[in-house]
Amino acid sequence: MRRRNLQLDEQGRLRHLLTIEGLKRQQIVDILDTAESFITSSDQQVRNAQVRKVPLLRGKTIVNLFFEASTRTLTTFELAAKRLSADVLKININTSATVKGESLLDMLQNLEAMQCDMFVVRHSDSGAAHLIAQHVAPHISVINAGDGQHAHPTQALLDIFTIRRHKGEFAPLTVAIVGDIMHSRVARSQIHALTTLGISDLRVIAPKTLIPSQVEGLGVHVYHDMKEGLHNADVVIMLRLQKERMQGALLPSEQEYFQDYGLTEKKLAVAKTDVMVMHPGPINRGVEIDSEVADGPRSVILEQVSNGIAVRMAVMSMVLGRPPMDKESEGAP
Amino acid sequence: MKISILGGRLVDPANGLDQITNIHIAAGKVIALGDAPAGFEARQSIDANRQIVCPGLVDLRACLREPGQEYKATIASETRAAAKSGITTLVCPPDTDPVADTPAVVDLIRHRSIQAGFARVLSLGALTQNLDGKQLAEMGALKAAGCVGVSNARTAIKSTQVMRRAMEYAASQNLPVFLHAEDPSLADGGCAHEGAVSVRLGLPGIPEIAESIAVARELQLVEQTGVRAHFCQLSSERAVKMIARAQYDGLSVTADVAAHQLFLTEMDIGYFDSQCHVRPPLRTQRDRDGLRTALKNGTINAICSDHQPHDTDAKLAPFPSSAPGISALETLLPLTLRLVDEEVLSLSAAIACLTRHPAKIVAANSSLAIGDCADVCIFDPEQYWEFTTESMASQGHNSPFLGWEFKGRVTHTLLAGHIVFNTRS
Repeated sequence: MRRRNLQLDEQGRLRHLLTIEGLKRQQIVDILDTAESFITSSDQQVRNAQVRKVPLLRGKTIVNLFFEASTRTLTTFELAAKRLSADVLKININTSATVKGESLLDMLQNLEAMQCDMFVVRHSDSGAAHLIAQHVAPHISVINAGDGQHAHPTQALLDIFTIRRHKGEFAPLTVAIVGDIMHSRVARSQIHALTTLGISDLRVIAPKTLIPSQVEGLGVHVYHDMKEGLHNADVVIMLRLQKERMQGALLPSEQEYFQDYGLTEKKLAVAKTDVMVMHPGPINRGVEIDSEVADGPRSVILEQVSNGIAVRMAVMSMVLGRPPMDKESEGAP
Repeated sequence: MKISILGGRLVDPANGLDQITNIHIAAGKVIALGDAPAGFEARQSIDANRQIVCPGLVDLRACLREPGQEYKATIASETRAAAKSGITTLVCPPDTDPVADTPAVVDLIRHRSIQAGFARVLSLGALTQNLDGKQLAEMGALKAAGCVGVSNARTAIKSTQVMRRAMEYAASQNLPVFLHAEDPSLADGGCAHEGAVSVRLGLPGIPEIAESIAVARELQLVEQTGVRAHFCQLSSERAVKMIARAQYDGLSVTADVAAHQLFLTEMDIGYFDSQCHVRPPLRTQRDRDGLRTALKNGTINAICSDHQPHDTDAKLAPFPSSAPGISALETLLPLTLRLVDEEVLSLSAAIACLTRHPAKIVAANSSLAIGDCADVCIFDPEQYWEFTTESMASQGHNSPFLGWEFKGRVTHTLLAGHIVFNTRS
């Protein structure tokens, strides 16, 4: 029952995208190259990357299944699908705790009966996308748009896409991820992506309460001090701090967090002069990042959002646009 | 009914026996070993040549789901699965619905099990009313109704004062307490061992100290109150070492381990395999080895199934939302025999972990001396078989061991001299 690589088909091609973990470096590079091919504007103006419309997925139906609220991710997935000429269906499920596995799988069967080709899934439980991928009909692909605290692979891909557009090579880079690593699916996916790409130094910076035990096993260096952790960094990725972290005795207050870990121009001074500042959004100004930095020249936060469209187009077209593989499974019920 | 079991290898740890002999049974009791008494004519003879004959197995923790969750399993379905697995005595925790905090529930469970007739079911009474950790249950009445011990099952008693009083009261009733050591605040919201796998999969963790801190508290209270205490299903090496220390210091504490903890680790979760969602969680290789060492040196002297049958939907959910537990009666003996194959335990030590030692903890019979009740398990130690859904008798098919090949299979089970399971029937 325990399939090793659920997201790859027999030929090792992407069948679903559930996590970055286990992808080969070349597969990640292929996704980035494909995303690049969708961007038409000349590279003079990277900040306003224009994405052209292509007919790659004409006739395909993509269902956005969001069991958890989202604005950017949902919108960019929808835009990406439309730029690929696919039909898009959006299903917002009120994510009360009553959404059980049973009704989840029942609902999927109903959607399958409606001739869908892809589910883009967001769910508050880690592993939800894997569960769905295990149970969908063989012709359906699943893209994980965020599951619990586990993974958010397309976010990580758009982040490294943005990094590559600015820095070119990954190998010499020092990247620091700052904030709530413990609860962040974005951080986990970024860590897998950046270690697979072989960057020279990957750091996480946060108080101990926000660093999961044994995170070093994922290939990162742990820092509790911003000055040390940001030293000579090429890229700084800030994570969103959820307000509820104050309740769980993880942090004393937003003020103290900002004092110690909020990104300011002053703290950023120890990083490289051409450091780029990233954030998956939505940002809490004055909590994890100062407005001056967020809106400043080194911030690429808005660019990340627009790159999200090209990267998601790349993933969807590569997963759905594979030459037909299992002919025999196409007719399966 | 008069039955003779002929030519089997009798392994009876309680009497220090390991020899090829015959057993003769009449009126539910063993009446002779070796030659049949003069004039004895067996109605039925069981050829146990090349088979192992041992006392019926005693399982210290099996959730039978009745009353309250009959859609998952019933006393009849699960005791039948027990009989098929050589288990003749099951100890049922009090977390039924309603909770076994009154003699009525205990009576109901006993009557249903007698009606089914496949295995003895012993009840643990609730330590606190409705397991809410506030008011003591009527332990005297529960004892009178036949409870062999008291427990708050997996519901932690948060108040140390209440736990102390509960232990004091149980001690005055001369009832052993069965403890599930888990600090509720440290375990809150968790579903997997806090470590390498939980960090990778983003699963909320249950740290090892959730167990060891609770063990530390309970050990101090046991020492203070003088109650007889049994620690259920330990999962960490650290906790086991604390128990060993307490035993060395002369405290009257025993401990068991669930069979799956001796074989699986957090790594078996793979990519969110909900069949490996158990409580306490599967921990590290080091913990697994520590548990095996504790079995070898006797710190832990009982292996239980921690049987928790579930309906299919309970496991068809994302890992954190799936129900924890394994339908485990039918893998109890095969897994324990695998410990013999892996040279962790000798055959007689392994059988003792399933018979003599757990029986002593609940004051049940587990001996095949003359005059003893004839609860017998006969198994073929050389038979290879694959564990599949189709081969399961339990109503719950949730098991991470499906597809495993086991060596050693039960051929007959006798309960008080009656054949309750027979492969050839």
